[in-house]
Amino acid sequence: MSTKQVVVVGNGMVGHHFVEQLRAADKDCGITVIGAEPRPAYDRVHLSEVFAGKPPEALALTSREHYMELGIDCHLGDPVAALDPAQHTVTTAGGHTFSYDKLVLATGSYPFVPPIEGGDRHECLTYRTIDDLGAIKAEAASSRIGVVVGGGLLGLECANALKNLGLETHVVEFAPGLMGVQLDEGGSQVLGRQIESLGVQVHTRKATQQITDGQDCRLSMRFADETALETDLIVFSAGIRPQDQLARDSGLEVGERGGIVIDYHCRTSDSDIYAIGECALFGGRIFGLVAPGYRMAEAAVSQLAGAPVAFTGADMSTKLKLLGVDVGSIGDAHGNADGAMAYVYSDPRAQVYKRLVVSEDSKTLLGAVLVGDCEDYDALLQYYLNAIELPAQPEALIVPGTAGTPALGAAALPASATICSCHNVSKGAISAAFDNGFGNLAAIKAETKASTGCGGCAALLKSVVDEQLSCRGMAVNTDICEHFPYTRHELFHLVRVGDIHSFDALLAAHGSGLGCDICKPAVASILASCWNDYVLQDAHHGLQDTNDRYLANMQKNGTYSIVPRVAAGEITPDKLIVLGEVARDYNLYTKITGGQRIDLFGARSEQLPAIWERLIAAGFETGHAYAKALRTVKSCVGSTWCRYGVLDSVGMAIRIENRYKGLRAPHKLKSAVSGCTRECAEAQSKDFGVIATESGWNLYVCGNGGMKPRHADLFATDLNDEQLVQIIDRFLMFYVRTADRLQRTSVWLENLEGGLEYLKQVIIEDSLGICAQLEEDMQRIVDTYQCEWKTTVQNPRKVRQFAHFVNSDQGDNAVQFERERGQVKPLVPAAEAPHSENILVTG
Amino acid sequence: MGNWTTVCAVDDIPPNSGRCALVGTHQVAVFRVRRTNKDEFYALDNHDPFSGANVLSRGIVGTVDDKLVVASPVYKQHFCLQTGACLEEDIDLTTWAVRVTGHAVQLAP
Ligand code: SRM
Ligand SMILES: Cc1cc2nc3c(=O)[nH]c(=O)nc-3n(C[C@H](O)[C@H](O)[C@H](O)COP(=O)(O)OP(=O)(O)OC[C@H]3O[C@@H](n4cnc5c(N)ncnc54)[C@H](O)[C@@H]3O)c2cc1C
Ligand code: SF4
Ligand code: FES
Repeated sequence: MSTKQVVVVGNGMVGHHFVEQLRAADKDCGITVIGAEPRPAYDRVHLSEVFAGKPPEALALTSREHYMELGIDCHLGDPVAALDPAQHTVTTAGGHTFSYDKLVLATGSYPFVPPIEGGDRHECLTYRTIDDLGAIKAEAASSRIGVVVGGGLLGLECANALKNLGLETHVVEFAPGLMGVQLDEGGSQVLGRQIESLGVQVHTRKATQQITDGQDCRLSMRFADETALETDLIVFSAGIRPQDQLARDSGLEVGERGGIVIDYHCRTSDSDIYAIGECALFGGRIFGLVAPGYRMAEAAVSQLAGAPVAFTGADMSTKLKLLGVDVGSIGDAHGNADGAMAYVYSDPRAQVYKRLVVSEDSKTLLGAVLVGDCEDYDALLQYYLNAIELPAQPEALIVPGTAGTPALGAAALPASATICSCHNVSKGAISAAFDNGFGNLAAIKAETKASTGCGGCAALLKSVVDEQLSCRGMAVNTDICEHFPYTRHELFHLVRVGDIHSFDALLAAHGSGLGCDICKPAVASILASCWNDYVLQDAHHGLQDTNDRYLANMQKNGTYSIVPRVAAGEITPDKLIVLGEVARDYNLYTKITGGQRIDLFGARSEQLPAIWERLIAAGFETGHAYAKALRTVKSCVGSTWCRYGVLDSVGMAIRIENRYKGLRAPHKLKSAVSGCTRECAEAQSKDFGVIATESGWNLYVCGNGGMKPRHADLFATDLNDEQLVQIIDRFLMFYVRTADRLQRTSVWLENLEGGLEYLKQVIIEDSLGICAQLEEDMQRIVDTYQCEWKTTVQNPRKVRQFAHFVNSDQGDNAVQFERERGQVKPLVPAAEAPHSENILVTG
Repeated sequence: MGNWTTVCAVDDIPPNSGRCALVGTHQVAVFRVRRTNKDEFYALDNHDPFSGANVLSRGIVGTVDDKLVVASPVYKQHFCLQTGACLEEDIDLTTWAVRVTGHAVQLAP
C-alpha cells in the first residue's frame, strides 16, 4: 500500500471502528487519532445505562494502552481547529500540527439547540457525551421537575433517564406526535399514550418561545400557544447537526443543510480526505445510527486497502425499548412510495399498534411500524431486507393468533440475509464460520462478532445457530450441563424410574465429573420433587443453592431475609405481634411483600436458627420464599365479608396453600383465589389461579407476572372443591415432571407441543393414562411434608452449620447497617458501584 | 510456610461444601472436596469481589471444564479452587495452603 500516514479526526464510535478495521487490513501504515473528548472511544448507544447504574468506564470500546499495542498514536482532549488541504496538515486548538497522506473526518454530530430566548441558561443542557451525563446528574440532584425538549428517539431515552433520576418528567414536542421520523401517526399516538401511562407527561404541538425565571421552579417555559410549563431543568434533544465546521472552513463541499458531502467511497470533494459517520452526507442524507457509520468506515478502509467496496446507503430500521415500551420501525414506515398500501392492526386495550406497508402487488414489504409488541420485528425485517415474497395474506404477519401465521424461521432466510446489522454479519457468514469449525453459539459470536453490538439480534442469531446445528446433523445441545448428557425431563425420569435417591448415585450411574452449580441444584430439586427428603440431609446439603442451604434469601450484603408462611394472607393479631417483636428484637427491616405476607430482612446467618425457634414456637412455618417451590396463594376477602363474593376464596386459598406448600418444582409456583369475577386476587397472573363463579370454581393456568407477563388461560370451569384440587394435583405434577430447569409454567406451556389443547387432553381427559400416577405422586408429597426449619432447629449439628465462622462465635464484621425511615438498611460503601447486569438466580 | 493454624475438624465441613474460618482478621473459605472417596481441601479468600460480601464459603463446588471451582452464591462467577483465578473476569483471589493433621484442618498463608 502506498499510504504512509493516516490521520483520523474524531474518536467516536465510527472513528474507532475505522481505526480498528484499518489496522486489521494494514499492519504497517501510520495511524494517528485526534479526539476532542478527553477519553478514548466509548459506546454512546448505551450511554443511558449509566443512569441505571452502569459505571461510565464500562462503556469504553478501547483504551490508550490498547491503541498503543496496535501502534496507533492518539492525541485526545484537544480538538482539531484547522485543516489545510493544500499542505496536508491539521492543527489542533492546543497548537499541535499533524501531517497526513490521507485524512479521515469522523467528527460526528452535535445536539441542536433551537434559538430560544433564555435557552443558554445553565439549567439548559444537552445529551450526547459522558460529560453531558455528569452535568445532567449534577443539575438533577437539586431538581424536582425535568423537561426534555424533543420527542424523538433520543429525547425519549433522555426522558427515561430523568425519570430514573427521580424527577417528574415531561416531554415537549413541536410536532403532533412522538418519534415522527420512525413512526406513522397511529404508532405515535399509541406510544404517546403508553408513555403517559408510565407517568411521563407528553405535550405535543408545543413550540417553545421563551425561557424565563419560574415561580415554583427555577424555570418557566412559554409556548407559542400562550401556555406555560414550570421546570427545574431542560434537556434539549431537538435533533442533531453534523459537525462539519472543519470541512466548511477549508472549502470542502458541504450540503445545504450541513453535512460533508461524500461519494460511494466515502471520499469528500478532496480525494485525500474521507468523511464517515454522522458528519457525512450521502445521497442527501445523514445517517444518525451507528450501523450505517460502521459500513462507511468499512468502505473507507476498503478504499485505502486497495480493494474498494462501495457504500450504497444503509438500512435505518430500528427496534428499541423506550421507557419500557417496545417500538420498532422498518423501512418506509410512512408509506411514501407510489402505490404503497398499508395494513393496520390495533388493539387499544393492550395498547398495541402494528402497521405493514406493502407494494402495490402485495408481494413485497416496504416498511412496518410496531408499537407495544415487537415480537414480529425480526421476521418482518428479514422480509424487508431480503425482499422475500410475502404470504398471500400479508395481514397474517401482524394479527395475533391467525391460523397458520408463517413464522419466518431461520431456514427460510437466504444466505445473504443480514443477521446482525451492527457488525454486518450475514447468514452466509455464520454458515461459513460453521464450515471453519466454529460449532456453537459462543464460538460463533467470538468469531463473527455477531450480537456483540446493540444485542438486538440475539434471538435471531440463536435461531440461525440452532438451524445450522440441526441441518448439519449436529445435535442442538439440550444437555443440562457438561456433567449429564440429559435434559431435566430425562433426568427426572432416570431418578424416578431408577429409584435414585442421591446426587452421587445419579452421577455414578449417568454422569461424569463432580457436578456444578447448574446440575447440583437441579438434581436437588428433582430429588425433592420425587422423594421429598429433608433438603439439608448430609447427602443433599452441598447441592443446594445458598438460599436453600440457609433456608432464607441471601441479600446483597450477605445477610438473609425471613419470610414465614402466612397462608392466603390471613393472619391473627397475635401472630402479627410476634412478627413485630422478633423484628424489633433482632433489628430486622420489615416490609409487607407483594405476596400478602411479611418479610424480615438483615438477619445474619448465625441468627437464623434462634429467630426461627421463636417463630415456630408462635406457630409459624417456613414460607419457602427461598425455594423453587410453591410461594404464596393470594386471596381476596371473598364471600365471608365481601358483598360481591360468591364463594369462600380465603378458605380455598388456605386449603390450596397448605396442600402444595413445600412442593419443589422447576421454578417457583404462585397461585391466587378470587371470590368473584372482579378478581381482586389477580388470579389470572398466576401459575394457577382460581376464580369463583355462581356455578363453581374456574381454574386458570400458566399465567405469569414478572419479566414477561402472561395472562393465564382458562383451563376448566364450574368445578366443585374436590374436582378443583384433583385437577391442580395433576397439572402441577405434570409440570414438575416435564418442564426445563428454571422454566415457569407460562414458558413451559408456550414450548409444549400441542399447547393448551394438548395439556387439557393430558390433564382432563387423561389421554396418556398417567393421571392416577400423577395424583398418587402428589399425595406422597403432601403426606411427607415437613417444615424444614422445624427439622433444622431440632438438630444441633445442623444449627452449627449456620455459624458464620467454623472456629469462632463472632459474626461477619463486614455486615453493617445505616438507618432510613426508622429502620435498618445495608451500609453501602461510597465507592461501590452497583452491579447492573447479573441477576441472582436463586430466589 | 511455617505458621499452620488449626481451624476445625475435618467433619466440621460437610463433604463437597465449604465453611468460613477466621485466621487473625482474615476470613478464609475452606472447601472439602470428595473425589474417588478421598478428601481434598482448598482454601481461598471468603470475600466475593463482585458483591463485596463475605460469602464464598457458601457457594456450590464443582467442576467446569475440569477445573475445580466454587460458584459465588451472589452473582455466580466461578473461582478456581486451586489457583483462586476467576473464570469470567480478570480477578485472582488469594489462596491459602491447607493440610490435615490427624483430624485437624490447618491453614497457612
Ligand atoms: C419480597 C418480594 C418483593 C416485595 O417486597 O414485595 C420479592 C422479592 C424477590 N423476588 Fe419477586 N418478590 C416478591 C413478589 C413477586 C411478585 C408478585 C407476586 O408474587 O404476587 C412477582 C411477579 C409474579 C410472578 O412471579 O409471576 C415477582 C417476580 C419475581 C421474578 C420474575 C419471575 C418471572 O417469571 O419473570 C424474580 C426473578 C426470578 O424468580 O428468577 C423474582 C425474584 C425475587 C428475589 C428472590 C430476587 C433475588 O434473587 O434476590 C427477591 C428476594 C427477596 C428476598 O430476599 O426476600 N421475583 N416477585 C415479594 C415476595 C412475595 C412473597 O411473599 O413471597
Ligand atoms: C444517548 C444516545 C443513544 C443512541 N442510541 C442509538 C441506538 O440505539 N442505535 C444507534 O444505531 N445509534 C444510537 N445513537 C447514535 C450513535 O451514537 C451515533 O450514530 C454514533 O455515535 C455516531 O458515531 P460517530 O463516530 O459518527 O460520531 P460520535 O460518536 O459523535 O463521535 C464523534 C467524535 O468526534 C469528536 N470530534 C468532533 N469534532 C472534533 C474535532 N474538531 N476534533 C477532534 N474530535 C472531534 C467528538 O468529540 C466525538 O467524540 C445514540 C446516540 C446517543 C447520544
Ligand atoms: S374478587 Fe370479588 S369477592 Fe373478592 S374481594 Fe374482589 S369483589 Fe370481593
Ligand atoms: S444487530 Fe446489534 S448486535 Fe447484532
